[in-house]
Amino acid sequence: MTDEPTRAEVCVVACAEAWRGDGAILASPMGLIPTLAARLARLTFAPDLLLTDGEAYLLDQDDQVEGWLPYAKVFTMLAAGRRHVMMGAAQIDRYGNQNISCIGDWKRPKAQLLGVRGAPGNTVNHPVSYWIPRHSPRVFVSAVDMICGVGYDRGDPGPHELRVVVTNLAVLDFGTPERVMRLRSVHPGVEVSDVVAATGFPLVIPDEVPVTRLPTAEELELIRTRLDPGGARERELP
Amino acid sequence: MTPDEVVAELRDGMTIGVGGWGSRRKPMALVRAILRSPLRNLTIVGYAGPDAGLLVASGQAKRIVTGFASLDSIALEPHFRRARQDGTVELTELDEGMLHWGLLAAAHRLPFLPIRAGLGSGVLEVNPELRTVRSPYADPYGIGEELVAMPALRLDAALVHMNRADAAGNGQYLGPDPYFDDLFCLAAERAYVSCERIVPSLEGPPQSLLLNRAMVHAVAETPNGAHFTSCVPDYGRDEAFQAHYARAAADPAEWERFRAEYLEGDEAAYQEAVRG
Repeated sequence: MTDEPTRAEVCVVACAEAWRGDGAILASPMGLIPTLAARLARLTFAPDLLLTDGEAYLLDQDDQVEGWLPYAKVFTMLAAGRRHVMMGAAQIDRYGNQNISCIGDWKRPKAQLLGVRGAPGNTVNHPVSYWIPRHSPRVFVSAVDMICGVGYDRGDPGPHELRVVVTNLAVLDFGTPERVMRLRSVHPGVEVSDVVAATGFPLVIPDEVPVTRLPTAEELELIRTRLDPGGARERELP
Repeated sequence: MTPDEVVAELRDGMTIGVGGWGSRRKPMALVRAILRSPLRNLTIVGYAGPDAGLLVASGQAKRIVTGFASLDSIALEPHFRRARQDGTVELTELDEGMLHWGLLAAAHRLPFLPIRAGLGSGVLEVNPELRTVRSPYADPYGIGEELVAMPALRLDAALVHMNRADAAGNGQYLGPDPYFDDLFCLAAERAYVSCERIVPSLEGPPQSLLLNRAMVHAVAETPNGAHFTSCVPDYGRDEAFQAHYARAAADPAEWERFRAEYLEGDEAAYQEAVRG
C-alpha cells in the first residue's frame, strides 16, 4: 500500500479515534464514515466495542450474531450509559448544542429535517461525538435553530460528555475551561485559517495546532480491502 | 374483522397510536382503510413513517406526536416534511426515549414517568406543557435529581401489525424487533391488530408471542398488509415502490395520480395494483 491516504481515509481514522479507550460499550455510528470508523476501531485498538447490524442484532468482527438489541434495549443501554454515539449535525454551536430537527422557526420551519430523534437523551446519558462531512459556517453557527443534542451551556443536566467533533477539515473538542469548542488538530493539507474561515463562531485556537495523525499501513489496508473496497467513503466528502 | 370494520369503530378527534418503527412493520392496510374513511382531526402517536405521512397528506391527521418521521432508506418522510414547511400539521416533538416512556406510563396507568432525556434540550421549549420533577430520594448516581416528568401518552386506539395472530387476539412477531407494539396496545382503550395470517394455533419461540388476547380487541387478516413497509421474514420493504411513493409525494400532480392509482379502491384493489 504505497498510495497516500485520502482525506476520507484520514477522517475514518480520526472518527475511529473517538472510541479509543471506551471498552465494552455500544458504538452507534450514524453515517458511512463513522460506521467504517467504528468497525476499524474494533478491528484494531478497540476490540471490545459492540456494534449492531442497524436493525436488532449485535454482530461480532466476523459478522456473526453475538447478541440481540431491539430498540427497547438500545434505550436501556443508552440510559445505563453503556454507549457512545457519533451523530451528524445540520447545525452546531460553540458549546456543542446540535440541531438535526429543522432549519428556521420550529413552528413553521424553512426546512424540516430528521427531528430530534434520540439526540436529547443521548447527550445527557452517555458520550457523544459528531461527524460533519462539510465544515462550513452554515453548520458551525452562533446559535442553532432547535437544540436536539445538548451543549455545555445548558446547565449540565446529566452525565454529559461531548468527546470530539470530526469534520472534513479538522478535529475539534471542548477541552477548554469554559467548555467551548477548540481546534484540536487540522487534517494534512488544511491550514488553521481554513478552519477558522469555515466556522461561524470564534474557535479557541491553541498556540500549536498539531496535524491529525495519518492512518497506519494496517489501517489503510483494512479500510481499502476489507471495510470499504468500493470506495464509498470518498463520496461522503465534498 | 376487515380493515374497514376496524376503522368504523374509530371516531373523529381520536388519539391513535400506530406501532412499528419508521418504514418497518406498519399496519398500512389499517392506515389505508382510514384514508378511505371520513375520519378527521386525528392525533397520530408513534415512531412515524409513511403511516403518519399518508394521514398528513389526506388532511386527516391534525397532529403528529413523534421524534422523527422517516422512511428509513429514505431519510425524510416527504409528506410530513412538506406539511411542516407549509404549516398544515401540528407537531409534538419528543425524544425517542420520551415517547417510549410516555407509552410505558400509559400502559402502567401512571400519570408520568421520570426520565433524563429532554433536560437542557429544545424539546422542553417547544412543548411548554412538559414539567420536571425533583426526586424525593437522594441521587445514588451523583448525576442529578431533576428529571423530566414524561406524561402518559394515553391512546384512544392502537393499530399494530403482526406476522401471525390467532382469532382470539394473541399476536406474534417473527422479525428481529418487537418495537413497542405491546406498549401501544396496553396504552390504548382499544387495540386493533392486523396480521399477515390468522392461524389456528401459534407456533415458534414463545418469546415471539408479543401480544396476548387481554391486550387486543380485534384482529384483521391483511396479507401483505404492511406493504410497502417491511414485515420480515414474510417480506422486506418494497424499496422500489417506496421510492415511487416518495417521488410522487414531492409533486402535487404526481401525488394525485399516485392516489388515484393506488389509494381510491379497497385493500384488495390496492394489493392488485401493487402486484401489477
